[in-house]
Amino acid sequence: MSTSLVTARGLTKKFGDFVAVDAIDFDVAKGESFGLLGPNGAGKSTTMRIVGATSQRTSGDLTILGMDPEKFGPQIRAHLGVVPQQDNLDMNLSVSENLYIYGRYFGLSRKYLKTKIEELLEFAQLEEKRDAKVESLSGGMKRRLTIARGLVSEPEILMLDEPTTGLDPQARHILWDRLFRLKEQGVTLIITTHFMDEAEQLCDRLIVMDKGKIMAEGSPALLIKEYSTKEVLEIRFGSERNSSMANQLREMCERIEELPDRILLYHEDGEVLLEQIYSAGLHPKTSLVRRSSLEDVFLRLTGRTLVD
Amino acid sequence: MITSTAVAIAEARRGKLGERVYSGRSRAIFERGYIAFKSATWMVIVSGFVEPVLYLFAFGYGLGKLIGNIDSGGVSIPYAAYIAPALLATSAMNGAIYDSTMNIFFKLNHDRIYHGMLATSLGPLDVALGEIGLALLRGFLYALSFMAIVVPLGLIPSVWGILAIPAAVLIAFGFASVGMALTTYMKSFQQLEIINIFMLPMFLFSGSFYPLSVFPSWLQFIIKVLPLSQAIHLVRGLTLGQINTALLGHAMYFLIMIAIGLFFTTKRLNALFMK
Repeated sequence: MSTSLVTARGLTKKFGDFVAVDAIDFDVAKGESFGLLGPNGAGKSTTMRIVGATSQRTSGDLTILGMDPEKFGPQIRAHLGVVPQQDNLDMNLSVSENLYIYGRYFGLSRKYLKTKIEELLEFAQLEEKRDAKVESLSGGMKRRLTIARGLVSEPEILMLDEPTTGLDPQARHILWDRLFRLKEQGVTLIITTHFMDEAEQLCDRLIVMDKGKIMAEGSPALLIKEYSTKEVLEIRFGSERNSSMANQLREMCERIEELPDRILLYHEDGEVLLEQIYSAGLHPKTSLVRRSSLEDVFLRLTGRTLVD
Repeated sequence: MITSTAVAIAEARRGKLGERVYSGRSRAIFERGYIAFKSATWMVIVSGFVEPVLYLFAFGYGLGKLIGNIDSGGVSIPYAAYIAPALLATSAMNGAIYDSTMNIFFKLNHDRIYHGMLATSLGPLDVALGEIGLALLRGFLYALSFMAIVVPLGLIPSVWGILAIPAAVLIAFGFASVGMALTTYMKSFQQLEIINIFMLPMFLFSGSFYPLSVFPSWLQFIIKVLPLSQAIHLVRGLTLGQINTALLGHAMYFLIMIAIGLFFTTKRLNALFMK
């Protein structure tokens, strides 16, 4: 495991009686993009803060770049770029001043920062906003600035806590594009998200978390293969009839999930299944065949949806 | 391309005293304050400076006309020269308290600025020292501008009076570090008012406008223990050239205040941000 940047064994965090992170094990390898997928309150952000050396674990072992964060907090943080869930940009400063002063916090020289800031403004597509106050930026711009800020010290690991929560689809795609570029440059990414599409897009490997525990681990493709069928048929009969119809449909597919507004039928070939349903004389109001996603994996593992 | 990387800079601190709470870079916080200050409102600074000047003219010259000279340490001096050092000490206190309570409370609870700072290789003591440094700068500016007015008016009879400026900085340091420590325990703006409730009576009764000898001895004792009274005696001793060992005692009082304030501030920032 010489290439492992982060190693956690039995990592546990308690707040009083509440167990936020419950004895989890994971490794993050150099250059990989590692995800923590789970609903709000799963313990993802707490895990991130512990790995970010701004929170102390209650028990278990943790090594980051070969060091224990309890003993070498500042040294570890010098290797990390942190993008928190809630933007904490400096509202009194302009865009470029935000980048400058953050570099100064790490002790970086003015000369180095002068060229680095230009590079980061270009990366974040904020060249025209360099002198603007942070308050005037859109949500997507603030996020990009926070990411650029996290990169000022050329970190080995960039940690992103819910990077696209609250952004519109276009802003999300711009952000994903920027993160792909970093990945190509060899930056190790650790990402938490409760969006399965984001996890599928960005993560080479991920852990699915719920209630402080790891439910499953693997690449998005592997997890889908292991915990779901190739395709899913979503049908609606209307909210009153959904549950009565579910019993009739149960035998026709590998697995069935009843949600309040629709029924999910798991099958290798969704179109074939839909044909069978029509032949059986059933006529759903709407139907949709799609490929299985991490959402289905999560549903299978916990019986709940990711976003509720 | 980086001549000295963030990692190399952090590694250089390894094994140094207090490395987990202090990275030796409080100047970065100071620099942040300077950049923010450049664009911030000057009104607060101006009002902090104007207030003691107004008191000086209203009371020193207005009321002073009725009072005439006053006896201090066996010497008869004009009333304005009696209250000028007290106003200097008070303005140093007000500047430091304003910065270390209101400003810091806002940064702690609304801006989330400290979260950002402490996610870097900085430690909580860097943040505490840097922020208190800013409060000191404010105290220093108040003291300097106040002196620029009172010296030409002949209200600083002794050359020792020049030491009133460093004394004001020391006083500001004491108030700022204790003020910041208290602020880290506050949960709402309303609770901050507790500090203000304490400040005004301290200003009125700490011997700013008349000697403490007018009070019964038990009350005198209580007032003397309070920091503003210590500050006023320190500054007045210097401006009037009444130099004695008691002044060292007053200075020592503020050194202890600084140490206690820094200790609790660092401890609380650790508890708040490293939990």
